[in-house]
Amino acid sequence: MRITLNVWRQKNARDAGGFEKYDCPNVSEDMSFLEMLDVVNEDLIAKGRDPIAFDHDCREGICGMCGFMISGVAHGPESGTTVCQLHMRKFKDGDELWLEPWRAKGFPIIRDLTVDRSALDRIVASGGFVSVHTGSAIDGNAIPVPKPNADLAMDAAQCIGCGACVAACPNASASLFTSAKISHLALLPQGQPERDRRAINMVERMNAEGFGHCTNIGECEAVCPKEIKIENIARMNRDYLCASFKKRPEVKRVED
Amino acid sequence: MKLDAHIPEGPIEKKWDTHRFKMKLVNPANKRKFTVIVVGTGLAGGAAAATLAELGYNVKAFCFQDSPRRAHSIAAQGGINAAKNYQNDGDSIYRLFYDTVKGGDYRAREANVYRLAQVSVNIIDQCVAQGVPFAREYGGVLANRSFGGAQVSRTFYARGQTGQQLLIGAYQALERQIGLGKVQMYARTEMLDVIVVDGVARGIVTRDLVTGKVEAHMGDAVALGTGGYGNVFFLSTNAKGSNATAVWRAHKHGALFGNPCYTQIHPTCIPVSGDYQSKLTLMSESLRNDGRVWVPKKAGDTRAPGAIPADERDYYLERRYPSFGNLVPRDVASRAAKAVCDEGRGVGPGGLGVYLDFADAIKRLGANTVAERYGNLFQMYERITGEDPYKVPMRIYPAVHYTMGGLWVDYNLMTTVPGLYAIGEANFSDHGANRLGASALMQGLADGYFVLPYTIGDYLATVKPGAVGLDHPEVKAALARVNDRTAKLLAIKGKRTVDSFHRELGKLMWDNCGMGRNKAGLEHNLKRIPELRAEFWQNVSIPGTGEEFNKELEKAGRVADFLELGELMCRDALHREESCGGHFREEYQTPDGEAARNDERFQYAAAWEWKGEGVTPVLHKEALNFEYVHPTQRSYK
Repeated sequence: MRITLNVWRQKNARDAGGFEKYDCPNVSEDMSFLEMLDVVNEDLIAKGRDPIAFDHDCREGICGMCGFMISGVAHGPESGTTVCQLHMRKFKDGDELWLEPWRAKGFPIIRDLTVDRSALDRIVASGGFVSVHTGSAIDGNAIPVPKPNADLAMDAAQCIGCGACVAACPNASASLFTSAKISHLALLPQGQPERDRRAINMVERMNAEGFGHCTNIGECEAVCPKEIKIENIARMNRDYLCASFKKRPEVKRVED
Repeated sequence: MKLDAHIPEGPIEKKWDTHRFKMKLVNPANKRKFTVIVVGTGLAGGAAAATLAELGYNVKAFCFQDSPRRAHSIAAQGGINAAKNYQNDGDSIYRLFYDTVKGGDYRAREANVYRLAQVSVNIIDQCVAQGVPFAREYGGVLANRSFGGAQVSRTFYARGQTGQQLLIGAYQALERQIGLGKVQMYARTEMLDVIVVDGVARGIVTRDLVTGKVEAHMGDAVALGTGGYGNVFFLSTNAKGSNATAVWRAHKHGALFGNPCYTQIHPTCIPVSGDYQSKLTLMSESLRNDGRVWVPKKAGDTRAPGAIPADERDYYLERRYPSFGNLVPRDVASRAAKAVCDEGRGVGPGGLGVYLDFADAIKRLGANTVAERYGNLFQMYERITGEDPYKVPMRIYPAVHYTMGGLWVDYNLMTTVPGLYAIGEANFSDHGANRLGASALMQGLADGYFVLPYTIGDYLATVKPGAVGLDHPEVKAALARVNDRTAKLLAIKGKRTVDSFHRELGKLMWDNCGMGRNKAGLEHNLKRIPELRAEFWQNVSIPGTGEEFNKELEKAGRVADFLELGELMCRDALHREESCGGHFREEYQTPDGEAARNDERFQYAAAWEWKGEGVTPVLHKEALNFEYVHPTQRSYK
């Protein structure tokens, strides 16, 4: 089949950028979307032009490295799927598509479809962990976890940190990402000792990184390739609120 | 050069304890004076960086991805082994040790494997404490599943995303140390050389992949947790970025390369669909717990699977290996699949596939239970192939998955370059000639959490911190080497893309150094690969410059290294005139087609020494002694 691509090309953060059109005449329906871009790139290189820069690594939908907007939808039209696992059989012959990078204040553009998502790492560094040194753990079965809780925690822990939720949100909020980590740990007994300070530190770090607030629009859940639910955001807000009331002076706040 | 594995004295169950007691310690107040460089942030590298920082060392950690959370450990699906015996089914440290040595076809070092089995129990405890959401029973205790090559249930799992959850556990521990300022993290940064001063590793040279800036980082020890080299084959289950550059540069600076020909071909991957194919996708081996593998009895039978009656199907694994059935180890399952396809009984386009059928499991357990166990894998399969495995059997075929070979290391995980360590898949140590399922995660975390943090202290206690500064002539020389190589690559301005060379190399390797190997094919590769390499250096086309975000330049550097490593793999495969584990030399097999080892001649680890461009490398041998698990022909019948 034949696909027309309009791809956002931007040499670096200082460049203004703009769309360029590419004609892809021989697309197989068994190709993944990224394999189609590989073919476009091979052709561009053969013509001595710069290939389209896009992030990708595992191509199995788990590393979270890939992702861009396809005609306004993060990771494209198939729900619960990263762009590397999106296959061309989901498109029709003659389709014209618009590819753009994640656009958010918290994600500066590096080149073309590639953005800097290190803000998400900094949110995790502010509290998305259990403070347990290697070697100090008790026997695994000494911490029983009810199966339903383990399952719910796993639902949240599946987040791959791709940033689609931020890109889809009109407020460029990182609430779904942040709440998935807060929920994962808040649902498990291991996460309880630091539950309050984790909620406060991570939410405040998220705000400091320039992400917007959640206004319950739900675009994030709609595009999330791991189908993380916005009930996690409710849990985060509850934990944040409770923690703010309970807060004692020794809880250190994250400064800008 | 004399290889000394530094295996501690004493009975095997005491070696690690005795060794830990004898090792020198670094005073807690002195630890902060030392800097350890950790390259790679997967299970091994991420766990090591976090743990070393917890101990008080300064750590500089590097990864080429945009975040340490994306290392390819994340893609491991099925699980992690540990000798917990929670199922009361007769498991023990000794049994895990025994299974791993046997599964490795008696080509691993016993002392390392025993230690691995010992610390496996600590890994589960550590990961649970970090909040890894392992699968649970209704009573709240940890659940287990079985895996290939074992008759006990010792595999812990988190749905089909165990690697992801374990890696995120390690990543969270690492981010905590980054937040505390104990780890300096360099993401989107690739290591391009080791700095060796007077024979000792003192630092690395890196390139910032966004700006192109090349710089040196000095440290008192360097640990490489950079994974395996399966991408030599172009098509593999590895991530697109997985590469051998760090280990290959270390090799060129004197680190011997152990058993490069030991490659694991995973039996359950989605078959290739076309020329544009960029990678292969694994379907977890855990599927073989409930899926039954079969092909039609008749060659050339093109009927739809549902139209083939039961008595015209050959459940060949159950037939050939009645006691292990569909759960034979990976090397055995892969070769059996190749054998039936070679007989013309393969299924799907091109006849390169076998069925993995869940119809019986769905009948026995119900679709819901099957979905609970494998739902995400079924979804992934459907996304890629457009077929619904609840209705039609999956089509699978073997694909390159893991490399048991890697940098040769001693019991302390140190390479033959003092101060340079290799951990996880990057080293060669624990899996012999074949790795059992759910053992890669175990080994990565064992090295990172529980082995390297001890053994590196023994070394650091003997060195003066910060002994070599950035102004040392060797540092300048290393920087110049890296810059020259980049300039040379960019100056070629040829006609062929990097990928076209990589695909050609991959095909040579798959055809002649893949599941079946023989003398003629390997000799062909040894002639052809140097020619391809020469063409690469004259005719590769890399657009752009070195001072920008340039993915083609990154790939070119990696492929240049694969073009050298591929040759070494073939050389090793040619010299090893026996079949063992993943290394199957067609000339050496038993009458019923099983691997025929030759213990008399080849019961050793092969460790190759780099001697320079175009010079034949030199083989060193580490004899392997089996005091506890006596080599027999592996039988899963």
